[in-house]
Amino acid sequence: MEIAENIDSVEKGVLPKPNPMWGRTEESENFAKNVKHFRQKTLSDDDFRRFRLQHGAYGSRLQPNYSMVRIKVPGGQIYPEQLEKIANLSEAFSIGSAHVSTRQNIQLHWVQLEDVSEIIKGLADVGLTTREACGNTVRNVMCSHLAGVCLNEKFDSTPYAKAIARFFIRNPMCQNLPRKFKINFACCEDHGLARIADIGLIPLIRDDVRGFQIYLGGGLGAASFIGHLLEDFTPETRLLATCMATIRIFDRHGNRENMARNRMRYLVQELGWEKFQKLALKERSIVEMTTSTKTASLFDIKAEEEEPIIPRASGEKMSKLPMLSEQVFLDSEPYQRWLHGNVIPQKQKGYFTAFITLAAGDVTANQLRVLAQAIRNLSLERSARNTPHQNLAIRYVTADGLPEFYSQLSSIGLANPGALTISSAVGCSGTTSCNLAITNSHRLAKEIEYKFLELGLDTDDSLRDTTIKISGCPNSCGQHEIATIGFFGGASRIGATMAPTYTMLFGGDSGEFSVLAKPIMRVPAKRVIDTIRKIIEIYKKDNTFKGSLQEWIDNILRGEGTGIVKNIENMKLLLTPVVQLPPAEKEPELYRDYGNDIKFSAKTARGECAA
Amino acid sequence: MIQLPFVCDTKLLCNLIQKKTVRVVDVRKDEQYNQEHIPSAVSLPFAKLLEQDSPTDTRTILEHLGVCDGYPVVVYDDTFGALAARVAWSFQYVGHDNTALLETTFSQWKKLGLGTESKKNSFPKQEHSLNINHKIYADASYVQSAQTSHDKIIIDARERLNYLTEHIPSAKNMPYTMVGGNGSILRSPEDIKRYLENRGISPGAEVIAYCGSVGTLSGLTYYALKQAGMDNVRLYSKSFKDWKSLGKPKEEVNDANYWDLSAE
Repeated sequence: MEIAENIDSVEKGVLPKPNPMWGRTEESENFAKNVKHFRQKTLSDDDFRRFRLQHGAYGSRLQPNYSMVRIKVPGGQIYPEQLEKIANLSEAFSIGSAHVSTRQNIQLHWVQLEDVSEIIKGLADVGLTTREACGNTVRNVMCSHLAGVCLNEKFDSTPYAKAIARFFIRNPMCQNLPRKFKINFACCEDHGLARIADIGLIPLIRDDVRGFQIYLGGGLGAASFIGHLLEDFTPETRLLATCMATIRIFDRHGNRENMARNRMRYLVQELGWEKFQKLALKERSIVEMTTSTKTASLFDIKAEEEEPIIPRASGEKMSKLPMLSEQVFLDSEPYQRWLHGNVIPQKQKGYFTAFITLAAGDVTANQLRVLAQAIRNLSLERSARNTPHQNLAIRYVTADGLPEFYSQLSSIGLANPGALTISSAVGCSGTTSCNLAITNSHRLAKEIEYKFLELGLDTDDSLRDTTIKISGCPNSCGQHEIATIGFFGGASRIGATMAPTYTMLFGGDSGEFSVLAKPIMRVPAKRVIDTIRKIIEIYKKDNTFKGSLQEWIDNILRGEGTGIVKNIENMKLLLTPVVQLPPAEKEPELYRDYGNDIKFSAKTARGECAA
Repeated sequence: MIQLPFVCDTKLLCNLIQKKTVRVVDVRKDEQYNQEHIPSAVSLPFAKLLEQDSPTDTRTILEHLGVCDGYPVVVYDDTFGALAARVAWSFQYVGHDNTALLETTFSQWKKLGLGTESKKNSFPKQEHSLNINHKIYADASYVQSAQTSHDKIIIDARERLNYLTEHIPSAKNMPYTMVGGNGSILRSPEDIKRYLENRGISPGAEVIAYCGSVGTLSGLTYYALKQAGMDNVRLYSKSFKDWKSLGKPKEEVNDANYWDLSAE
């Protein structure tokens, strides 16, 4: 799809499909105006903060003159022209790198407040927006990055995700919710994060009718919950009313007093699921009776459907790539290693999805430009999807196209292996830019990735489905609670010295059998890598067990370990020597956080999520 | 003789080359110049200007390039305009007002399909006077006095992460990447004007630009601001390197590991 062509056709009064225009130029002018009012003190701090967040600009760590600008990517689908624009904006107004978040946003950090309007303007040129990316609104609507190509999906949920996103953006009914509101579409039970959202949806077909399994009241944070299934099956005709009803109940009954308990999941917990469920179903009937046809028609799934993709590759040739399942090793050809850890087949025969390994989600402007060109040349879909693992998925690449795709990525340092393996650690932005962060989770995730790739852990298939996710504070932007091995940052006194530490959690999972990870023990920041390596070492020594590391950890959590480690207590005992630090006088370096050569101290400021 | 604008477009330059009424100055390295260059261009490798970098030396350079008072000079490079900007500024500083930056780099010139040649050009030595334009220059003590002055704005033209790490106290950051454009070395004056307006910098304000070491990145800022209609722009040509070597105070943004966000 050519964005430029679409813009032309918009001017001619024909709305292209799918309508790419999420942004509005006037919102840029409005933002610039309000920055001036704020600087001249004719707009109060609180009013400006609310406005700023509504427009996707979050305050930078302890520096109110800088913003993190969060670009929404509705449904996670982004086009080459948009990637190139983000590259240019990042160079001009940010730090020359962009950051892929865990919720399919792309963030530009350390933007001067006075330049935010320019970013909004530039984004609107290519159809993107930051509108309602922060603040008490419906945040970016996520959709599984495999929707449309997943082997197990019932139908492609992408147009539904975009239609829901378009219905709620700028909608007066959700401009001032008690707190942020998250909607996630999955493709199947395994992929997508349906059970850790305020509304999570999994496509389902019953009696030839399309519909969803809808989960309500999930979410990660200081206190996390897994969503509850509203009913066995919600037909697509009731999708909009169900979402509207849920938001209305939250708007009406949600806690507006206590910032720490104002997400919808707390309301569900306080009322009890059955009561909340009854309320939701009743409200849905009211919504269905009172919503005008005109309003309901604003929810237009057809308008969000892409032109159907007509495969140009014959399904016969190279529909299977043997290297995907063959074992690879540290000294395998780099291309083989990349294929093994970064490429999966699609349900469309002859097509593959290739994942781009981004260290903790960071990508430079120049990399984005090369990637955009590679997408144009080699993806039949001509777009990318960003993944909650802070990587990018490029779909509809033919088997023949993969070597060329790899070589274009290599030319700019984007061909690291391991995107789908243990080495691709997730890390929120942490102390690199966030007010709430205590530790540098971002750098730690990068260090893990570098170390694990160096060790070749990405080639070990028994570790492949193990995930490592790190947050810089107990809030869960790094999604540590759905990781096999998760970490969240804190500060601990060790001896007489404060040190950055992480609480390590085991056994989280997302998907149909979502389960929240359980806290195990505290680990000093500089011992996290050693600790994970020790866990792998113990696992490898356990000859009694033939399954994966993930399964081994689950067994231990249940107290059903078969080797020397039967349960968590055994595990802690074995890890204790690793997490010990020598006295601070001897090894002061171990008491500092990554990226710092000064003494550690925990500094935080007011979070803005809830403002 | 024509009085050039601050930035010379390719059409005007082609015209002047044809009429042989312009001195085109190529500030790339010797070997690049020897390979090919814009027709009639003379070579002044950037390093040569920096060897002494005093007004009298700059005047001598002009004389050896065959430039007399008031003769049109157009400077270009292949480093997004930053080296050319610093050379052009130096010419203006010694009183050669009729100096312009070429709107494109050499690569862009070639991409446009415009002509090149490889023969070495030289022109008879000319006499040039020395009329130092103090109004476009700033040294450390001038910058220091501007720190407390409300109508003077210090602009740091380095990239954001360098600025956050340390900068001259009270300086505002406007990275050179903000003034560069697609397909030409500078963005449109309208864009630059809007950036300045967003930042509350009035067209009448005095701006002093600096960068890391020799005033190249900030040289580009100098021309961007001039082209956007700001009258009063100075270049702190010795920039932050000089500031630091003099042991002047610096300001830094602490408590955040922003470098770790870079994917470089």
